[in-house]
Amino acid sequence: MYTASDLRKGLRIKLDNDPFIVTEFNFVKPGKGQALYRCKLKNMVNGNQFERTFRSVDVFEAADLQEKRMQYLYKEEGKYCFMDNESYEQVFLSEDQVGEAKNFLLDNIEAEILLFEDRPLGISLPNFIDVIVTKADPWAKGDSVSGNTKPVTVQTGYQVQVPPFIEEGEKIRIDTRSGEYLTRVKG
Amino acid sequence: MTVDDSWKLSAKEDALRQRARMIRAIRRFFQDQDFLEVETPLRIPAPAPESHIDAVASGEWFLQPSPEMCMKRLLAASYPRIFQICKCFRAGERGDRHLPEFTMIEWYREGTDYRTLMDDCEALITLVARELGFDGIFSRQGREIRLRIPWERITVREAFRRYATMTAAEALRTNRFDEILACEVEPQLGMESPVFLYEYPAELGALARVKEGDPGIAERFELYCAGLELANAFSELTDAREQRRRFEETSRDRRRNGSPLYPMPERFLAALPQMSPSAGIALGVDRLAMLLADKSRIDEVVAFTPESL
Repeated sequence: MYTASDLRKGLRIKLDNDPFIVTEFNFVKPGKGQALYRCKLKNMVNGNQFERTFRSVDVFEAADLQEKRMQYLYKEEGKYCFMDNESYEQVFLSEDQVGEAKNFLLDNIEAEILLFEDRPLGISLPNFIDVIVTKADPWAKGDSVSGNTKPVTVQTGYQVQVPPFIEEGEKIRIDTRSGEYLTRVKG
Repeated sequence: MTVDDSWKLSAKEDALRQRARMIRAIRRFFQDQDFLEVETPLRIPAPAPESHIDAVASGEWFLQPSPEMCMKRLLAASYPRIFQICKCFRAGERGDRHLPEFTMIEWYREGTDYRTLMDDCEALITLVARELGFDGIFSRQGREIRLRIPWERITVREAFRRYATMTAAEALRTNRFDEILACEVEPQLGMESPVFLYEYPAELGALARVKEGDPGIAERFELYCAGLELANAFSELTDAREQRRRFEETSRDRRRNGSPLYPMPERFLAALPQMSPSAGIALGVDRLAMLLADKSRIDEVVAFTPESL
């Protein structure tokens, strides 16, 4: 069981017998007033989105979903193919179902595929992945003043803001949940 | 795994410098008017009972959700003009505009009512903005906000009539007041100039005096700018018996909602009869910093958030 204060982006809850994922979340509260939890919810089966405001007293069931570890094989005609390495069963996910994870799909990467009654719904990647920087502007010492960041492109084509000292060919760690750069990986 | 994120901290330098300049200007504003700067304990035995504010426990006591209890005791002890810039703590409050630990500027004036505090707000924010280089106008999320005084004063009833899908009375009756206020009214408030939202329903001003000749209205206002709630003010209730009755009612509300209960602030209630008619206000420093630095998230105007510790 969840209460409204557990709501956050990415949480999966069950409403009216469908699984929903919280796609946007904001805590709103007039100073002396009730806490309100404004959510955008996406039906994980049909993709329908709607907004709903919850209060502290609201409670929800967790969506009972199954996760299976599968390996990313290839992308074809807008579908991403994953395979269960034990049963060799293959499933196909749409662009929508893969979502932001498409930025981090390294070849053969293992991911958790989310299933609801054997239908694939979504994907979750390891929290951290190490990727090679394939495109970066060189570090101009002159603009190393505090606070500067620069965009680089990594091997999956994803663009991310990093500190200015990161150079092409280096390996960096990215948090796949936030999409943010974490640290440089040596060796 | 060690993660070096000092670059994230250093990226906040401009915002933090501006925040410091702002706090310096606030302090000078009050010192120049002969306000006494006070410090009251952050750890207190009994926070003011509020229906929707939860305190953070600290041992047997609590971290203050607001410095109100102690500051009013000073007021009752004949300190006529006092201010404090301090940390406040509210359990479970975290969002784009909320931190569970945040900074408040709170001030009190004896011998006056909340209208004087509206004048204070106008003068204070104009001064702070000027200190940051804004001459009566600044930009907030692509809109120009003009500070030319006087700022509009709009009653709660009128604001609901103008911006909401139901009247304030109807919203209250259906227990949707806060929701309608937050979702329909607030986003429209102060989009050209700051706005005072005032004359709250009496049940929404637990520490406020009711308006003379209209017991249904609390002498309470909130200051909004660009949809952002900045300050809350009251003409202070000085009737100890009435105050106790309201605290008990609030505590009953809390019990009904399953919220934690707090001891009755007895020493505050004992001091209340000595308090002259006064007015008091709390203004969120982080919110003001967000406003003037044109930041949409409170995280951008503080060095550390709970998540980054």
